[in-house]
Amino acid sequence: MGKTLVDIKNLRVSFFTPAGEVKAINDVSLKMEEGEVHGIVGESGSGKSVTAYSLMGLIPYPGRIIGGTIDFNGHRINDMTEIEMREIRGNEVSIIFQDPMTSLNPVYTIGNQIMEVILLHTDKDKKQAYDRAVELLTLVGINEPKKRMKQYPHELSGGMRQRVMIAIALACEPKLLIADEPTTALDVTIQAQILELMIELKQKIGMSIIMITHDLGIVANMCQKIAVMYAGKIVEYGTADEIFYNPKHEYTKGLLRSLPRLTDKEHRKLIPIEGTPVDMLNPPAGCPFAPRCSSCMKICLGRMPEYTHLSETHYSACWLLQKEEFERRGQEA
Amino acid sequence: MTKEKNPLSLQLDVSDFLPADNEEKQSLVVMRQSVSFWRDGLRRFRKNKIAMTSLVIIILTMIFAFIGPVFYPYTYEQQIRGSENLAPMQYSETELALKAQGEKVFPHILGTDSLGRDTMVRLMMGSRVSLLVGIVASVLVLLIGSIYGAVAGYFGGKVDLIMMRIVDIIYTVPDILIIILLMVTLKYPLENLANTVPGFAWINTIGVGLICIFIVFSLLYWVGMARIVRSQILMLKEQEFVTAAKALGASHRRIIRKHLLTNCMGTLIVTTTLQIPSSIFTESFLSFIGIGVAAPMPSLGSMASQAINGISSYPYRLLAPAIMISLIILSFNLIGDGLRDAFDPKLKD
Amino acid sequence: MGKYIVKRVLLAVVTLWLVATITFILMNMVPGGPFLAEKAPSEATLKALNEKYGLDQPLTVQYKNYMTRLLKGDMGPSLKQRGRTVNQIISAGFKVSARVGGISVLVALVVGVTLGSIAAMNRGKWIDNVIIVVSTCGIAVPSFVVSTVLMLIFSVKLKLLPTYGLSSPLHYIMPVLALSFYPTSYITRLMRSSMLEVLGQDYMRTARAKGLSQFKTLFKHALRNAILPVVTYLGPLLAYTLTGSFVVEKIFTIPGLGNDFISSITNRDYMLIMGTTIFLAALLITMNLVVDIAYKLIDPRIKLK
Repeated sequence: MGKTLVDIKNLRVSFFTPAGEVKAINDVSLKMEEGEVHGIVGESGSGKSVTAYSLMGLIPYPGRIIGGTIDFNGHRINDMTEIEMREIRGNEVSIIFQDPMTSLNPVYTIGNQIMEVILLHTDKDKKQAYDRAVELLTLVGINEPKKRMKQYPHELSGGMRQRVMIAIALACEPKLLIADEPTTALDVTIQAQILELMIELKQKIGMSIIMITHDLGIVANMCQKIAVMYAGKIVEYGTADEIFYNPKHEYTKGLLRSLPRLTDKEHRKLIPIEGTPVDMLNPPAGCPFAPRCSSCMKICLGRMPEYTHLSETHYSACWLLQKEEFERRGQEA
Repeated sequence: MTKEKNPLSLQLDVSDFLPADNEEKQSLVVMRQSVSFWRDGLRRFRKNKIAMTSLVIIILTMIFAFIGPVFYPYTYEQQIRGSENLAPMQYSETELALKAQGEKVFPHILGTDSLGRDTMVRLMMGSRVSLLVGIVASVLVLLIGSIYGAVAGYFGGKVDLIMMRIVDIIYTVPDILIIILLMVTLKYPLENLANTVPGFAWINTIGVGLICIFIVFSLLYWVGMARIVRSQILMLKEQEFVTAAKALGASHRRIIRKHLLTNCMGTLIVTTTLQIPSSIFTESFLSFIGIGVAAPMPSLGSMASQAINGISSYPYRLLAPAIMISLIILSFNLIGDGLRDAFDPKLKD
Repeated sequence: MGKYIVKRVLLAVVTLWLVATITFILMNMVPGGPFLAEKAPSEATLKALNEKYGLDQPLTVQYKNYMTRLLKGDMGPSLKQRGRTVNQIISAGFKVSARVGGISVLVALVVGVTLGSIAAMNRGKWIDNVIIVVSTCGIAVPSFVVSTVLMLIFSVKLKLLPTYGLSSPLHYIMPVLALSFYPTSYITRLMRSSMLEVLGQDYMRTARAKGLSQFKTLFKHALRNAILPVVTYLGPLLAYTLTGSFVVEKIFTIPGLGNDFISSITNRDYMLIMGTTIFLAALLITMNLVVDIAYKLIDPRIKLK
């Protein structure tokens, strides 16, 4: 049992746009211990990235935390001032983003951008920062590190750029690394390399990782615990085994069903999840997945389902599970 | 059997757990209608209050400039003895005398200049000149530029190379300098032409100055438009080629062509609309330094220039053309901006 | 990169030659040509002119002489300002214009970049709206309107500022204001949209995620990227300042090159017209060339092609 690193309780985040209030995150709770790798899975707009940004206090305007608490490494994030947050960003918690090409500033050298974060959080001088940067580049598997230091982002390939992003993220040996869709913009073969690198580094440095993705295949290998998000809520949460071998939420089941399998003997049509994502400006009163759910019941349309705990680590928000409970209780009464 | 405290305020019912039918589910799904490109663009433009207001202002200005002088009792070159340097709505002694006799004398709404010419009607004529120049010049630029650019883009290869080199050179030439030179020197051959060669007498009616301006614009200002049209044509060509290569059905190709053309049209409309205030700007500048349309035909620029002499005593003589020209240019700019926002698929601010 | 420079220099030279040739042709379209226009000189003067400038020779020979003289930098005598050569007039006038113009360009850049950035950073708030409105109106007002209105308000009505000459720093205020009004507005709008685009970029997010302060991310990361379009505008900016000077110098009676040029047109001093045109054209073309090359050097994405 390690120390609790992240404890998010009943988080609510809304974006106050000219068109109205977009409830991006609607009561999300997450707990993570040191040394773990958690996955947050969901489609675009599910709120998975915003959850991560909340942790770093980087919710973009016009978003705001309107409820709940976030504890990280002994800090109460939502109570901290901007100056205090700057101390821990890049230092105790780092993030790497989806598109490494646009995430690096095109007019500064790689070396400049890595050294920037080192000089910011440590009291190393320029020479020491330079050496450390070269060291980091080697660590993330980039060859000819000294040459790379003088190059610009557009001179590097996609995979190399993402490695640079990782180098920047790890420069100050953070306790937590948040990876927001780190491989989505990369080729499949490079994807595997980057993920391998991340696991390797985790073991070397001993940090925790939150892996955010829409790709279930990625989290299967890496994550101990997985949270499945839909429309700003965690609809199912469990260990990797529980999610993959015993999914309880229709959405999770849908995601798993839609994965093409290598072991398929016959040709099979891909099974998508029917319907379109929820309009977050006017979220429905009931379960947000209801219109797309094949087992949708009348109650699903009108009322938000509560969490049903299936084990100590596994819970899901679905009326179907409640139905069994209800029937059972009804028989007992 | 103690029931757990039910967190729900309402009691659950067995019927709640019946499966929901499709109708109920569909009511939660919001679908948006697809709209045609033009209708969508026009709708967006109409919603743009600033652009619509500017459009109204321009229409009013056009009425003012083209229809106003028809009804106004004075003409722009008419010099009324004894009515020099009148303030707005002021009557000269002669006119007061006439009024005393019972005759109706229309007031000089904006006063008169040092030669006794009514400022208001000169303002109208000046606006007419500006609007004419703006629109005609922009149409010329559109025609010449788009034909040139289309030819270069369509034929490609050596033709394109040579044509674009010429464009590069013209683009590099400092246009204002050449325009000034041309304005100063073209007068002579044009006048010669009008007076000696039969069939060119119309040059004198329109005015050598105006013709000069049009020639000069046609020679130099079309290069920007040519470049834009050429790049659009190249894009169009590429799309067609790709489509042909992929061997899609003809109807698809037509759709793509339709879409691409509407993209092209959007840019052309916006560019032409924004060329208008630019042309008006240039014309007023030229008139101000004295090489625009010839006296007695007024131009907003020349009116401003003449007003400087009496600036302390007769400030309105400056303010009237100044405000007028700024208003016209601003309105066209805002209309152009509005069109761009309405027809540009990329959402901006 | 080298190939690009060669190409551009070649273009500049060709264009300049073209301008000189066009100028020559146009000046000779005037009845009597540039030397004799409208005034029949005395026998002696005519003889002297013919000797020096070969006026009795065919046009092609005159053209050759003209180009040779140009290459040597001799632009001939002024027709209306007795005793002064065009070269003298140009160098005297240019010093004055360069000062006023230079200050205006600086003002336009500094104020424009600052206002544009402020507007972008406060998007949607009242200061942004004010800046948008003012700059949109600013680009609609021709320089002669600005000059005359300024003169009306500050010299005539308020009697605060002088109307002509450049004898004190106070004299510079209105001309510089008038000359820089349009460019400032244009640069403000340009900077604002450029900055807005930059602010929405992912690398800004990365900078914040590293723990950089708002201020530092803006100054180091945003500005450097957002200012690139403004650099490309430098060429047109110089051109506009030049043509604007024609008007401003005339109105405020500043003895600059613009004023000389305009007077030469009204006075029909064709030698001066020619000389000034070629000088100004050369200036503009060279500056454009320098700016274009400089831009390619500043943006690392292009530099290393």
